[in-house]
Amino acid sequence: MDVELIQRAIPVLLKGLATTLEIGLVAIVIGFPLGLGFALARLSSNRSLAAFALLYSMVFRGTPLLVQIFIIYFGLGQLQFLRDQTTFWWFFSDGFNCATLAITLNTAAYTSEILRGGLMGIPAGEIEAARACGMSNWLCFRRIRFPLAFRLALPAYTNEITVIVKESSLASTVTVLEITGLAKRLMSETFAVIEVFTLAGLLYLIVNFAVLLVMRSWLEPKLSMHRTASRPVFWFWPHRRRV
Amino acid sequence: MGIALSRLLWEDGWGLSILRGSAVTVMVGVLGMGLGMMFGLLLAAAKWARVPVASQVVDVYTVIVRSVPGLLVVYLIFFGSVEFVARVGTFFGYADEFQSAYSFIVGVVSVGAIAAAYAAEVFRGALDAIHPGQIEAARAVGMQTRKLYTRIIGPQMFRYALPGISNVWQATIKDTSLVSVTGLAELIRVAYIGAGTTRQPLIFFVIAAVVFFVITLFSQAAFGLVERNLNRGVRAV
Repeated sequence: MDVELIQRAIPVLLKGLATTLEIGLVAIVIGFPLGLGFALARLSSNRSLAAFALLYSMVFRGTPLLVQIFIIYFGLGQLQFLRDQTTFWWFFSDGFNCATLAITLNTAAYTSEILRGGLMGIPAGEIEAARACGMSNWLCFRRIRFPLAFRLALPAYTNEITVIVKESSLASTVTVLEITGLAKRLMSETFAVIEVFTLAGLLYLIVNFAVLLVMRSWLEPKLSMHRTASRPVFWFWPHRRRV
Repeated sequence: MGIALSRLLWEDGWGLSILRGSAVTVMVGVLGMGLGMMFGLLLAAAKWARVPVASQVVDVYTVIVRSVPGLLVVYLIFFGSVEFVARVGTFFGYADEFQSAYSFIVGVVSVGAIAAAYAAEVFRGALDAIHPGQIEAARAVGMQTRKLYTRIIGPQMFRYALPGISNVWQATIKDTSLVSVTGLAELIRVAYIGAGTTRQPLIFFVIAAVVFFVITLFSQAAFGLVERNLNRGVRAV
């Protein structure tokens, strides 16, 4: 253990943490509504809309995120009509934008599956009751379907957030210097592999721990307060890998 | 478009390279998965049997590997061993041969290390799902320990574990893409090189995506078949 090296590595990796959080935040803020849209499309009675949502989810879940990032970063620049548009060119020439876009589209596919499960898990009687009260489609969605589905899907979505944090590491392959990218650079420069890995790993652990703490012991109990009379329990490190 | 694509793939020989890269990807995936299942089973058994120190070690291992990005694990194993291997290779005078085999081994080991952590959780869940009465009954009819494992615990565990193992495999085959950062000529690396040489990145990466898509679709179907086969004789609820 080289103390001086660790002192040098910490501020570098903290700078990477900011980038990691930025990617994660954008991916969640845009990816969630997008995923909700795809989930509704999957369940809609319009056949072609449902088929499109199914295809989207299959393609994004069936290929590695790395390929998706490479297609957007390296591939789209090859298209002439994109290159002619200055705005597009400005957007796609930046590794950060491309990686964030890929991660957002990727998480939207997984989120759509999670929310679809939630929407399908609502008891039919609840919706019938809403209809019987004369609620319009939109009001029923806003007051009944979405809140119930969100609560059902929340544990799985919490898991998805921790996955997003980890997946943001792939942005380092297209020149973005977030935690993993900086860790790689430090490893190849100093060969203090174990020290750098430990520090970078700790940062990921802290972020995911914070996510789980907020979601599992605050949001989840808050949304089902009527059910649990007992005190909220913090489930330690439950995440599974999504597929 | 069609003509340009066929020229790229057949006359310029990229088709063969992509095929070879796909083979390397599948090989890394299969070997890594085998390694992961082997160690995952050992870890799960240690956890299930509540072996004093080992089960805590298993906990620490699975928590660390599952909360850190796969790419970081690959970098740890790659940079952690690169110096050592180069020294050994030069010592025996096979530096070049060592180098090419080396990135393959790093790939298999890192993919296997990640798969092991997830497989351990799956197997542990499956072991926990076996009804204790089954084991008691086996003991009551006088089964030896070995027979108990091969006839009662083993078959039931695999049946319970199969859906989870299918998930681990789907994630593992996609994780092989991370190994491309070590320079191993698997599918993504070949596509990357092809994209750079021909200046046609879109085609190459889309082809790579299609190959992965076909692999995942195919393995999904295969696992479905195996699952149906293992569950024959089980009453559907």
